[in-house]
Formats: sequence, C-alpha cells, structure tokens
Amino acid sequence: MMMFIFRRLIQTIPVVIGVTFVVFFIMQLVPGDPAVLLAGEGASKETVNAIREQLGLNRPLLVQYFDYLLNVFQGDFGTSLKNSQPVLDEIMVRLPITMELAFFSIIITIVLGMAAGIISAVKPYSLTDTSVMLVALLGISLPSFWFGLMMMYFFSVKLQILPVAGWDSILHVILPALTLGAGGAAIVARMTRSSMLEVIRQDYIRTARAKGLREHVIIYKHALRNALIPVITVVGLQFGALLGGTVLVESIFAINGLGRMIVDAIRMRDLPVVQGGVLAASLIFVIVNLFVDVFYRFFNKRIELN
Amino acid sequence: MSEKNSPILEVKGLKTHFFTKHGVSKAVDGIDFTLRKGETLGIVGESGCGKSITSLSILRLIPSPPGKIAGGQVLYKGKDLVTLSEDEMRKIRGNEISMIFQEPMTSLNPVIPVGEQIAEALRLHQGMRKKEAWIKAVEMLRLVGIPSPEKRAKQEPFQLSGGMRQRVMIAMALACTPEVLIADEPTTALDVTIQAQILELIKDLQKKIGMGVIMITHDLGVVSETCDKVAVMYAGNIIEHAPTEKIFTNPKHPYTQGLLNSLPKIHEDQEELQTIEGSVPSPYNLPAGCRFASRCPHQKPLCHLQKPDLIEQNDGVKVRCWMYTDEWTKHTEKEGAVK
Repeated sequence: MMMFIFRRLIQTIPVVIGVTFVVFFIMQLVPGDPAVLLAGEGASKETVNAIREQLGLNRPLLVQYFDYLLNVFQGDFGTSLKNSQPVLDEIMVRLPITMELAFFSIIITIVLGMAAGIISAVKPYSLTDTSVMLVALLGISLPSFWFGLMMMYFFSVKLQILPVAGWDSILHVILPALTLGAGGAAIVARMTRSSMLEVIRQDYIRTARAKGLREHVIIYKHALRNALIPVITVVGLQFGALLGGTVLVESIFAINGLGRMIVDAIRMRDLPVVQGGVLAASLIFVIVNLFVDVFYRFFNKRIELN
Repeated sequence: MSEKNSPILEVKGLKTHFFTKHGVSKAVDGIDFTLRKGETLGIVGESGCGKSITSLSILRLIPSPPGKIAGGQVLYKGKDLVTLSEDEMRKIRGNEISMIFQEPMTSLNPVIPVGEQIAEALRLHQGMRKKEAWIKAVEMLRLVGIPSPEKRAKQEPFQLSGGMRQRVMIAMALACTPEVLIADEPTTALDVTIQAQILELIKDLQKKIGMGVIMITHDLGVVSETCDKVAVMYAGNIIEHAPTEKIFTNPKHPYTQGLLNSLPKIHEDQEELQTIEGSVPSPYNLPAGCRFASRCPHQKPLCHLQKPDLIEQNDGVKVRCWMYTDEWTKHTEKEGAVK
C-alpha cells in the first residue's frame, strides 16, 4: 500500500508540470496586456515598455515559462501586479476558506447523496424512490447560482434564520455548502441507486440471503461495499466540479476564498495571481484524486497498479 | 437404520409460478418428494425444467416479485416452510438447510475475505464470538481441503481459483452442520478432476454429519456416483422417481430413456450421440396433456388429451406416463379393434 501511494505521488509530478504549462499559456491567450492595464489609461508608450521590461514580459514566452516554473518549485509564485504582495501569501489566506467550503460541500454531497441513493434502492419503484429521484433530478438540473440565490432569499431574507453572506461562523457555511454540494449530491444519489440495484441482483447477494442474514446486514455489509466502488470515482470527479463551483458560490455569498480571488484577478489581468490560484486549485484536485485512488484500492483490492 | 428412514424434508405439491408481463410461467408445477436423513436425492433434468427453482423455493429465495410459491407445502421436521414468518425462515437458512450454488465465480462476495464470509454465519446462527467463529471458519476451510487455510481465510475470492471458491462455498454451507444440504450443480463450473474431489468431499462430509443432500444436476454421471434415489424433472413436473440403480438399469419414462440414450457409451463405436427430437414446451404455455407427448416416440392421442399422474409401480418406481396404466392397454386394444 505504501509503495502504491509513493508511486502514485511520483506520477503526480508530470501532471503538476502539465498544469503549470497549460495555465501559463492559456493566460497568454487572454486578451488584454497587463502592462497597459498597470500603466493606466493614457500612459505613454515608454512607460508601458518600461513596465513590460520590469516585469520581464518582453522576454520570449518559453523563457518566461521556465523562469516561472523554476520559481514555483522554489515556492515563489510571483508577486501580484495589483498590490505587489507575494501571490503565495494571498493564496495561503484564501485557500483555507475555500478548502473549508469544499470540505463541507463534499460531505453534503457524500452523505446526502449516498443516503438518498440507498433509500431509493432499498425499495425501487416505490413512492419514496420516485420522490427522491425526482428531487435528485431537480438537483442536477438547477443551476447552482440560481439555487444559491433562492436559498439565500428563503432562509436569509424571508425566514431570517441564516446569514445572507460572509464567512464568520459555522452558520455562514450552511447555505454556500448546500448550494455547492447539492448538484453533486444529486449525481451521487442517482449513481448510488443504480449501482445498488445492480449489486442487489448479484449471485453473492443471493448467497448472503441463503446464509440467513438479516436484510440490513445484506444491504449495508454485502451490497453497499460493492456498490460504492463506482460511486467513489464519481465523488472524486465531483470534487473537481465542486472546486470550479467555488468561483460562483464565493461570488454569490461574498466569501473571500480562492475562487473569488481568481475571478477578481482575471478581471484585473493580474497574471501571477491567476496562475497561482489555478495552480493551487489544480494541486488540490490532484491530491484529492490521489486520495480517491487510495480509497478505491482499499475498497477493491483487485485494483493493481502497474 | 431407523433414524436414516425418518423423513426430514417433505415437499408436497409444490408450485412456484412467475407472474410476468408475458403471462404466468409455471416453472415448478406441483412436485412431491421426500428426503430422509443421510440420504442423497438427485434431481435431474435439462436446463429450464425447474430444478433450480425447486431448490430456491425450499429456502424461499425466489425473487419476488415476479416469483411466488403458488401452492403446496415444504415440510421440514413437520414445519411448513412456505407459511413460516420471514424471521423464522432466516433462522433455518444457512443453519438447518443450506445451499451450495452453481456459480462459484460469482456466488462469493468479491470484497469480503472468505474467512469472514464463513464466520458471519457462525456468529449469526451459533452465537459464536468473533474469534471463535474465525477459528471455526479456518477449520472449515481445512476440512474442505484448502491448503494453508489460515492464510486463505484472509484472502478475497479473486485470489482463489474456481475449485477453491467452490470449496469455500461448501465450507460456508456446512459450517453450521445443516440437516439438509441443497447442492445446485455444485460441480458444473469445475473441471473433471476437481469435480470428482468436490463430490467425494460432499459424500465424506455427509457421512460425518449425517445430513440429507439434494443434488441438483443435469449430469447423470454425478447422479450415478452420489445419489440414492433420483427424481427426473421435465417442464416443471417430476416424471420419474426411482432408486438410482433402477433409473440406470430400467428407465421407465420415455424421457428418462431418451436422456440415458443420449449418453455416450464406452463399449460402442458411436459416430453421433443420440438426441431427443423437439424441444421443451414453454412454461408460459404448457400443453393440456403429457408435457413430453409431442417429443415422445410412443405418443398416442390419449397422451395429448390428459396429463398422466405420477403413479407408483410394483417395483417402487414412480412414473408419470400413460404407458404404465390400464388406460393405455384399453386404448391400445381399442386401436387394434378399429384396425
């Protein structure tokens, strides 16, 4: 197992380098010149050139890239063009907030999704099943920004039981985490249901019945562990979607997380901040996927990495 | 001997039907048999004749819906299993009556160590502690001839070969020393050498424990080696029920005769194996008369009109065929008179 984790860690290195490459060059495609933006409207050509030289933006792209890569590996993510602060410091402030949001959201995705899926699968085609799956379908179909705004309107404005926005207490977490986790929960619910129904038909479930086991032992011990194998993969993928969703949700609920930082930086053409933010998010995604793989292997020892 | 003669399981008029969109499938349509202590009853017949449904019905493991036990009784030690509550039924499953399934590759849970799959039944039915149950599970694995059972018990099914998995299934079925073992094609998925070992193993354990065995198979070789008596099934009915040697030396029902004729013979030079012409009637649309009539070489109009009963002959063989009735003789005489 340790060998597996180690090898899997080694494998993430090329992935991370690939991410830096893509992030760096995509940012070059974004219209707008940071030097012009920094110099301000009506600045002279000389000023713009001077700024460009100062930032090293006049050098060939490949040189800029390798320079950037080298710095990143030394822990230097560059400095913000906007406020000249080190990007890493900014990330370190914002990242925990986003991680907290992502953590609660994924918990909602997993707990709500799996519970709903199991409830549905135990009595397929019953009223409960149909209602749960209808809600799940809504969950998948509703755009999160609309869902977030509706919840904000209902719980914060009308009922006034939850704060509208901000990030101070655990109460502030509930609405954003629900908004962010709901879509994933719906997908996980549908996946858990279909996977459970598939597993319940298997021969080994009949064997478990023939042993005289109780229905709940059959469901939770014999069926669920097998049914969760594909669900884990979906949860891993959902985490990626969830990180993308933080951008929207943080903007709606005015949370100063990584997502909002990236959005603000894009608006300002603050390249180092955008690059740093996206890179941080990618790293998290890579790490989460590593966890998913380890988990997956734990659940299904047949998976051999070669 | 008197103990051996006491019936432990009596199936009376058992009917298992499946209610589907396409109609009612009468997979098992009124069968009777008795199993005594220490005895092995073979149930033979081709695919789809209702053998497996019979065995699943005894343990009430028919997927429902669409399946349902539509009539009859399954008397185990005098209790009717058909009307037992689900809770009481659970206490019997895997404890007093257990079952070996025909698919060793898929009948074990792929993510649970095999030792645990045996131990859980012991904890459940025998009230054993975790450690005690595990020790017994390892012992069971040793009993069924799995080398280094301590190591194997911790492994998951994918780490075991097909033969070993079937042994695990047997160990699991026998762990609680059941009174009745239902073996549904226990050797079909295995190669011939393993087959012989597994059958030997079941026989050995049967001697030790003294359980009654229902051996469900389509392999007449298996029957001749293991069974005391045989019930031949055709389209949801038992059509012949006889001591094993009688089935092989003097098969009465034309279907049984056809089945035996289709076996390759060692002492004869055969180019082609014999077959029974035609095919089994659909369980959704069974004929009114004898279900084998349309394929029978001896068929007469009588056979198509009315279904014959399972009638005991002088030699103790029961057969469901008009040929062994007075009506047949009358009918033949009548025909002769017409001619």
